[in-house]
Amino acid sequence: MSDLPRNQHIVASGVVAVVGIWVAYISYTQQPAAAFLFPRMISTVFAVLAIWTFGKALLGRSKVGQGLSKQAMTSILPGLIVMLVYVFWAAKGLGFYTASTITFFILLSLYDPAPHGDMRTWIKRIIITAGFLAVMYGLFAALLNVYTPREIFF
Amino acid sequence: MEFLGYFGDVFTPFNFMLLLIGTIGGLILGATPGLSPTMAVALLIPFTFKLEAAQGLILLGAAYTSTVAGGAVSAILLKIPGAPANIATTLDGHTMAQKGEGAKALQLSFLASAVGGVFGVLLLIFLTPMLAKWALAFGPSHLFWLAILGVTVIGSLDSSSLVKGLLSGCIGLWLATIGFDDIMGAQRFIFHPAVGGGINVIPALIGLFAIPQVITMFAKGRSATEAEVIVVQRSPIKSAIQEVFSRKRALAIGTAVGSVIGLIPGVGGQIAGLVAYDQSKKFSPESHKFGTGHSEGVIAAESANNAMVGPSLVPLLTLSIPGSPTAAVLLGGLLIHGIFPGSDLFDNHPDVAWTFINSMLIGQILMCIFGLYVAGIAASVARVPHAVMAAVVLGLAVFGSYSVQNSMGDVYVMASLGVGMYFLERFGFSAAPLVLGLILGPIAEANFVQGSMIANATSSVGSYFFTGPLNLTLIAIVVASIAYSAWMEFAHRRYTSKEEILG
Repeated sequence: MSDLPRNQHIVASGVVAVVGIWVAYISYTQQPAAAFLFPRMISTVFAVLAIWTFGKALLGRSKVGQGLSKQAMTSILPGLIVMLVYVFWAAKGLGFYTASTITFFILLSLYDPAPHGDMRTWIKRIIITAGFLAVMYGLFAALLNVYTPREIFF
Repeated sequence: MEFLGYFGDVFTPFNFMLLLIGTIGGLILGATPGLSPTMAVALLIPFTFKLEAAQGLILLGAAYTSTVAGGAVSAILLKIPGAPANIATTLDGHTMAQKGEGAKALQLSFLASAVGGVFGVLLLIFLTPMLAKWALAFGPSHLFWLAILGVTVIGSLDSSSLVKGLLSGCIGLWLATIGFDDIMGAQRFIFHPAVGGGINVIPALIGLFAIPQVITMFAKGRSATEAEVIVVQRSPIKSAIQEVFSRKRALAIGTAVGSVIGLIPGVGGQIAGLVAYDQSKKFSPESHKFGTGHSEGVIAAESANNAMVGPSLVPLLTLSIPGSPTAAVLLGGLLIHGIFPGSDLFDNHPDVAWTFINSMLIGQILMCIFGLYVAGIAASVARVPHAVMAAVVLGLAVFGSYSVQNSMGDVYVMASLGVGMYFLERFGFSAAPLVLGLILGPIAEANFVQGSMIANATSSVGSYFFTGPLNLTLIAIVVASIAYSAWMEFAHRRYTSKEEILG
C-alpha cells in the first residue's frame, strides 16, 4: 500500500473516531440520563469500533477501500464545489429554477466530453439545459405543486 | 387466497397507468449504468407524496422490479451491468450479442426474469400472511433484537469489512437518535437547526444513494462512454420461449437460488445472480459452453436476480425489517403514508398490502412484454454522457429532498450525508448498513425503552432481554452472522497472504 491511501485511511478513520468519541461523551454527560439510555449503548459500540478502525489505520492494516487518487480528486473538485455552492447558497439565494439551470449548464460544460471549441456543442448544451429546466418545472411546479424558493430570480 | 379479492384494484385506469409508468421508466432507468434500483426507487419517493399509499407503492414496486430486469439490457448490449445484480448476465449475454444473438439474449433474459419474478412474488404472497400472524407473538424484546439483527446482518454480510460494516450501522443508529427524545422530550445531538426535528428518512435516503453516484460520475472526468451498442437484429419470440422452457434446469436453479437468497436479509441480487450462474454451470452437461454465449447462463442469472425481488420483501412486510437497501427505501415509502408493516398492514390496510403485492405480480408480466420493446431505447439512454446523468440526478435529488417538507434543512441534510457517504465509501464504509441503522434505529429504541419499562415492573432488564427461546434464537443469529463474516474475512486474508507469498 502506498503512503497516500495509508495517510488517507488515517485521516478518514480519525475523523470517524473523533465523531464516535464525541457522541459517546455527549451521551454519557447530557441530562436527563433516561433520554440518553439508548444513545449510550450505541455510542459505546460506535466509539469502540471507531477507535479499533483508527488503530488499524495507524498500523497500516486498513486494506478495505481504495482511497482517492490525485487524479480522481482533481476531477471531483470542480463539480463538488459547484454542487456545494448550489445546495448551500444558490438554490435559496437565486431561486431553485435559476440556480438549478445554471448548475446544470456549468456541470455539463465541465464534464461533457464533447469539444469545447465547437459552437454546435455549446448550442447542444443550451438545448439540453433548457429541456432539463422544462422537465423539472413541469414535474415539480405543475405536477406536484411544490412551491420552491423563488428569491431574487425564479 | 385473500389476495385474489384485490386484483381488480390493480386494473383501475389510474393504478394501471402508474404500473405502466413504473415498469417502462424502471426498465430505462435500470439500463443506465450507475443508476441502481435502490437509487431509482429513492428518487421516485417524492413523486408518491400526492398519491394514495397503494398507488405510491405500485409505482415504487414496479420501478424496483423493472430496474433489476432493465439492468440486463446494458449488460447484454454494452457489457456494462446496469446494476450489480446483472453482473452474471454479462458473462454469456454480451457474448451472445457479439455473435449476433442480441435479440435472443434479451428475450431470454426478460422471459427468465418474468418466470423467476412471478415465482418470487408468489412466495411473497403465500409466506407473508403466515409470517405476519406469527409476528404477533413478538414482544418489545424480540422486536428490539430483530431491529439489531437487521443492522448487524447487513453490516456484516453486505460489507467488505466486518468492522466498518458494523461501524456504518452504528453511525446510522446514532443519526436516528438526533432530534427530540420521544418520551422525555429532551434535545439530543442537535448541533445545527437543520436537524432540529431529527433527520428525515427520505432526504437521507436520497442523499446516501444518489449523491455518491453523482460524485462518482464527476470522478470519471470528461471521459465518454466508450462502449459500443450492439445493434439488435429481429428474432422470433417463439423460439426464445421454447428455449427458456427447454432449459428447465437453469430456470429451476436460478429461481430456487434467487428465492432462497432473497429471503436472507443482507444478501443482494448480485450474489443471487452469481451463485445461480455458478450452480447452473456445475450441474449442466454443457458446462464447457458457459462464458461462450450459452443461453443457460443468461437464464440462470436473470431468473435468480428477479426471483430475489419478492422474497426480499418478506422480512419487511411481516416484521418491519427491510432485508435489503431497496426494501429499506420502500419502508420509507410506507412510513410517509403512516403505514407500518407487520400484522397491522394485513389487518388494517389489506387493500394497500394486497394491491401492492398483486401489482408486483402483474408488473413482472408487463416488464417481460415491454422489456423487449423498450430495450432499444434503454440501450441508447445507457449511452447518455456522465455529465448529463450527474446533473440530472443532482437536480432531482435537490428538488426531491426539498419537496418532502418544503424545507431547505432537508436539502442540507441530503447533501451533507451524501458527500460524507461518498468519502466514507472510498474507505470501505457502506451505505446499506447505515441506512438500515437510520430506519431501524427508532424501532430499536422504542422497543428497548418499552421493554425496559416492562422489565422494571416484572423482572430484571437482563432476564427480559436475554432469556426465552425467541430472544436467544435472535441473539444467536446476530452472533452467528458476525462470526461467519469474521471467519470469512480471516479465511480470505489468509488465502490472500498465501497468494502474496507465492507471488
